Amino acid sequence: MSEEPEYHNAWKALRIHTRARIGIGRTGSGIPVKESLEFRLAHAHARDAVYSKLDTEKLTASLVQFKLPILHLESRANYRELYLQRPDLGRLLDDASAQQLQNHVGQTDIAVIIADGLSAYAVNSNAVLLLEALLPMLTDAKLTVAPIALVEHGRVAVGDVVASILNAKLSLMLIGERPGLSSSDSMGAYLTYNPKPGLTDEARNCVSNIRPEGLPYDQAARKLYNLIQQAFRRKLSGVQLKDNTATGYFP
Amino acid sequence: MSYRYTIQNKVYRFDNLKELLAKASPYRSGDALAGIAAETYEERVAAQIVLADVPLKAFLNESIIPYEEDEITRLIIDSHDTIAFAQISHLTVGEFRDWLLSDEVDCNILKSVSKGITPEMAAAVSKIMRNQDMIAVAKKCEVITKFRNTIGLKGRFSTRLQPNHPTDDPKGIMASIIDGLLYGSGDACIGINPATDSPANTLQLLKILDALRLQFDIPTQSCVLTHITTTIELASAGMPVDLCFQSIGGTELTNKSFGINLSVIEEAHRATLALGRGTVGNNVMYFETGQGSSLSANAHHGVDQQTCEARAYGVARNFNPLLVNTVVGFIGPEYLYDGKQIIRAALEDHFCGKLLGLPMGVDVCYTNHAEADQDDIDNLLTLLGVAGCNFIMGIPGSDDIMLNYQSTSFHDALYIRQMLGFRPAPEFEQWLLKQDIINEQGVLIAGASNRLLQAAKL
Repeated sequence: MSEEPEYHNAWKALRIHTRARIGIGRTGSGIPVKESLEFRLAHAHARDAVYSKLDTEKLTASLVQFKLPILHLESRANYRELYLQRPDLGRLLDDASAQQLQNHVGQTDIAVIIADGLSAYAVNSNAVLLLEALLPMLTDAKLTVAPIALVEHGRVAVGDVVASILNAKLSLMLIGERPGLSSSDSMGAYLTYNPKPGLTDEARNCVSNIRPEGLPYDQAARKLYNLIQQAFRRKLSGVQLKDNTATGYFP
Repeated sequence: MSYRYTIQNKVYRFDNLKELLAKASPYRSGDALAGIAAETYEERVAAQIVLADVPLKAFLNESIIPYEEDEITRLIIDSHDTIAFAQISHLTVGEFRDWLLSDEVDCNILKSVSKGITPEMAAAVSKIMRNQDMIAVAKKCEVITKFRNTIGLKGRFSTRLQPNHPTDDPKGIMASIIDGLLYGSGDACIGINPATDSPANTLQLLKILDALRLQFDIPTQSCVLTHITTTIELASAGMPVDLCFQSIGGTELTNKSFGINLSVIEEAHRATLALGRGTVGNNVMYFETGQGSSLSANAHHGVDQQTCEARAYGVARNFNPLLVNTVVGFIGPEYLYDGKQIIRAALEDHFCGKLLGLPMGVDVCYTNHAEADQDDIDNLLTLLGVAGCNFIMGIPGSDDIMLNYQSTSFHDALYIRQMLGFRPAPEFEQWLLKQDIINEQGVLIAGASNRLLQAAKL
């Protein structure tokens, strides 16, 4: 049994106020087939994002424009099921990766790390476009950038491990966030001043929901640039560092 | 005291009750992450066999977290009712399981013994029970609580209407509330998780909830799920706080990570009670819990996550809550990996909570990185309905657009009420009839001409 059109009209007025799935009608106690399948599709997108793979080939091809060495690394959680159950292993580099990094130890200001996190799809889509906006701002400010590291099966904290071996003063981690039903491509950016293994979230600043329908690249880049400048000025990051760019954006 | 068991020349040793409980726990990813799970199937069953022979009295003599170190251990021991315990004091954990299932043990006996059961005893017995056993015993329990309506009566099933919005937009929230009410949802409470945890924002949300309730004379209670210190501030200023919310855990350190302790909860309880806003009763607390929170806060003392969870119920029952909600699938796959683990954990929580005398509801839910989907939700919801769960969440189309996870929908509540012949809380049911949302048979009749929808000029 389908609902009368009048019902949907009465609902239109309410639906403009929220993205919540209201006014979807019912058939018996069930959700009508169209909405039921729409939901399944949204969940499928989110699930596919969780199991998506870091597209290292395509990323490498796009990242060459920045004229920096590009390193391919892996965490100790070397398959997806393990990664999901053992966040501790996703925060550590495997031995071969750690060794590879030893060849690139330098003295730089910023290390950029790109990891799949919970949605490789998010960084495959957004990481290069964000860096195209952000990296010129950093080099204009005379900040030096370490080789770019791509980490498979990485958690946020692995960025600090990479940056600390590279001997960079600040780590900038771009990572896929946990996909929502309507946002499987959401990327987060985390920065840590004086990165070292074992730090936790209160030592970091985060700019979240970076994607075309969320926080656009230029705004995200400005926020990050502002935080990075403050971090270098005050020699710290985390809870004591506040994002004071204009808040014209709401998720 | 240490424990041993031999299976075919293989000797299993368990150094103390804490280790025995952890090794006896049915497998879940969180205990493996903590490094305390049994290493083989055989070791797990060995631990369960040993646990079944442990006298219940042993739990009074050996604290799994030292009395001196943890205020929750002190609360559990100091508030233990030895007279109630006398009925079961001669039993082992295994005998206790058989006793709970026996025909003679009914709702009244379970009520009379409840305060004699410690959280650790409840956790222990659950570990040697199958899902079926936990459903059967939980169904015997009846925990009734009251504020503006009566929740937990046999044959009734309630929902918390959860109208969250990513920017707390009042019109967006109101649209979801109207939607939910028209599906007969909201008798446990109308409860908003605010996107911004500030006193000003919380107050604004409280006011719109209270205005709606008064406008339509709805016999339910509202709640903005903000930090308890914000609620204390607002309640002390005489603002319209119906229910006082807080997330709680089963160790003092977990609660410290939430920024609370027992005396803060006590203060909040008093401040909320003083407002005297309940009409049919005065259960004013709303607690949320969930396995894994202690491990997540690095505050578990090597205690398995299910036992930590049961200890949180030890905290809850000290404050006569209206609602206790275990948010079972929210924490993620590193604690509960898949539908099987989520379902088992939810049934454990519901069983342990009910046994300890709590008005248990379950947020039947999952995140997108858990190995679960709507089918798992359906399975768990149906099992909990059979087990006599007091309430679930009601969310538009299962999709919480603020917290980014999936829980039960308004439709799911209709389904379970229809399948098992459940009705809403009696006062709320009368209101639904009066508003032409349901008919005398309990069938939903709300349509476009319903005055609630017509009156909603947003």
